[in-house]
Amino acid sequence: MAEIALEHITKRYGDGYEAVKDLNLDVTDGEFMILVGPSGCGKSTALRMVAGLEDITAGELKIGGQLMNDRAPKDRDIAMVFQNYALYPHMTVRENMGFALKLAKTPDEEINQKVTEAAKILDLEQHLDRKPANLSGGQRQRVAMGRAIVRNPSAFLMDEPLSNLDAKLRVQMRTEIARIQQRFETTTIYVTHDQTEALTLGDRIAVMRAGLLQQVGPPSELYGHPKNLFVAGFIGSPSMNFLPGEIDGDSIKLPLGTFRIPDSVRSRLEAGPGGGRKGVVVGMRPEDFEDASIVGDRGQGITFKAKIDVLESMGSEFYAYFVVQSERIASRELEELASDAGGADLPQQDGSQITARLDAASTVSQGQDSELWFNTDHIHLFDPESGQTLLGSNGAAAA
Amino acid sequence: MESTFQKRLGWTGAVILIGLFALVPVVWIISLSFKDPTTIGDGNFFPTKVTWDNYNSIFSQSIFTDALRNSIGIALISTVLAVFIACFAAYAIARLDFPGKTILLLASLGIAMFPPISIVGPLYNLWRNIGLYDTWPGLIIPYMTFALPLSIFVLSTFFREIPWELEQAAQVDGATPYQAFVKVIAPLAAPGIFTTGILVFMICWNDFVFASTLTSTNSAETVPAAIAAFPGASQFTEPIGTIAAAAVIVTIPVIIIVLVFQRRIVAGLTAGAVKG
Repeated sequence: MAEIALEHITKRYGDGYEAVKDLNLDVTDGEFMILVGPSGCGKSTALRMVAGLEDITAGELKIGGQLMNDRAPKDRDIAMVFQNYALYPHMTVRENMGFALKLAKTPDEEINQKVTEAAKILDLEQHLDRKPANLSGGQRQRVAMGRAIVRNPSAFLMDEPLSNLDAKLRVQMRTEIARIQQRFETTTIYVTHDQTEALTLGDRIAVMRAGLLQQVGPPSELYGHPKNLFVAGFIGSPSMNFLPGEIDGDSIKLPLGTFRIPDSVRSRLEAGPGGGRKGVVVGMRPEDFEDASIVGDRGQGITFKAKIDVLESMGSEFYAYFVVQSERIASRELEELASDAGGADLPQQDGSQITARLDAASTVSQGQDSELWFNTDHIHLFDPESGQTLLGSNGAAAA
Repeated sequence: MESTFQKRLGWTGAVILIGLFALVPVVWIISLSFKDPTTIGDGNFFPTKVTWDNYNSIFSQSIFTDALRNSIGIALISTVLAVFIACFAAYAIARLDFPGKTILLLASLGIAMFPPISIVGPLYNLWRNIGLYDTWPGLIIPYMTFALPLSIFVLSTFFREIPWELEQAAQVDGATPYQAFVKVIAPLAAPGIFTTGILVFMICWNDFVFASTLTSTNSAETVPAAIAAFPGASQFTEPIGTIAAAAVIVTIPVIIIVLVFQRRIVAGLTAGAVKG
């Protein structure tokens, strides 16, 4: 068991490209830390530097208080689960799982016992004598996990361990990983590009973009109080909606309508860095929209009319998509998010696409003008130029 | 329907033709090896009088048995050494990024293309002066020089196909780079190492240019060179029967190897060439 400290870690390649820039991250003992971000953000590189598979250009890496920069991977007492599992094809499941112990010259008896124990936890007992080629994807993934846990290392490093599984198995293995981590209470760094995995698994999440750490915090904090447009747009599914707005004294003018700034937002805006600013980007979570006809008290919010382009039924709720006429928000961060999600390939529309999550009891229908309501209590405000949040954190933010 | 039948007929004809073209010389030399000296020049395709005399005679002559011993020894040692060294070189080329990697590969290919006949003369003088003439090392060294580039080339394609992550997994599992190579990479590359070994062995086994120039006595002469030096029954007779018998004998191991491992050899030669 050990804490992992990354202090001013930088990775620069021979051609001058910086994959990771001045990364500071403290992973406490037993913590499940998620590194998340779009592809190419440097999260895997950071993980591989912790593993010792990649040299650290600058900064210090400490595991359990000891400087690890120049130690070989084998001397770091860590176990890693690779994206493609990297099982040894010429060894049986048993040999795969016992390989590390064998290298450490553990007595055969003990190896056998530990492998059997791990196999029991992972439900692999009847497959111990098979070769990886004869296993299904989920079983291979479990063997990779087993290889990590038999060693009882001071840290688990996982590099997108679920991305090769189909959707259903992924959800299953996700809970499995959470259970294993809780059982062993081993410090874990888990890399993923899937924000759902990040939100569900992590004690804390570190969001990275273009080699830079954007925000670290527990899932609720990242979801409720994103520090910038990038984190706001990346965390949450469906993702946050953004509209250009204008602060006019006590109220905010949106293409949807004008509303008075709620007191909770006002106090945080005053505590924030960008007081007195006029043009803002307003962020709205899909779940803060509702079918106006089923909202009892419309006090804190605005009611507006929209033509629903597409209505998707999820059974327990509806996703309604509509377009609001507005200027385009020019933000590099949002463009990056869109291109990561494949949105850049979609035809450009005039105005802003909005996603609303409506209750299953809603009566709106596709292609119809419908009356929707939006709860202004939970809006997020961002600086259109820097992308930073304009809301300071108060008592509520720390929750 | 008719067209497929005609096609089939055409192909069968072509295959038979090519088969005959390739096999007639082989059958001819086998036939010669069973003829006795009186009928050897009769021009019959099949021997009229079958005799084992030629075989008995070559195995009773030390020039052939010694040569067989030299051939096996020299070819095996060259193969083992060349493949062993090539393993490390190919591994480095496949895994590491170092300046001059492409030049190294091209240079090794260039050496493999070098005509042996052009260096055999100077080598003869050199070997005479430093005492390597007519010794086993005297042949092993040039064989390795020509076998290494080929081995490195073939092996590096094999190593390149092994996922790098396996090695990293081994390192994280606590293996030193050497252990990772020996316990994970080498076993996976075994088919490739094997194929390379067979190719190298055949090159050494079949060589005539070096063997005939750099050796002169039973102490290092290999079979191809010894065959050329077979004495006739008298000064005026060519020992055709015994040459044929010896040629058949040295061909047998090669044929066995090729038949047993033909799939692997083909896979080895084309590895990386087809698959994107």
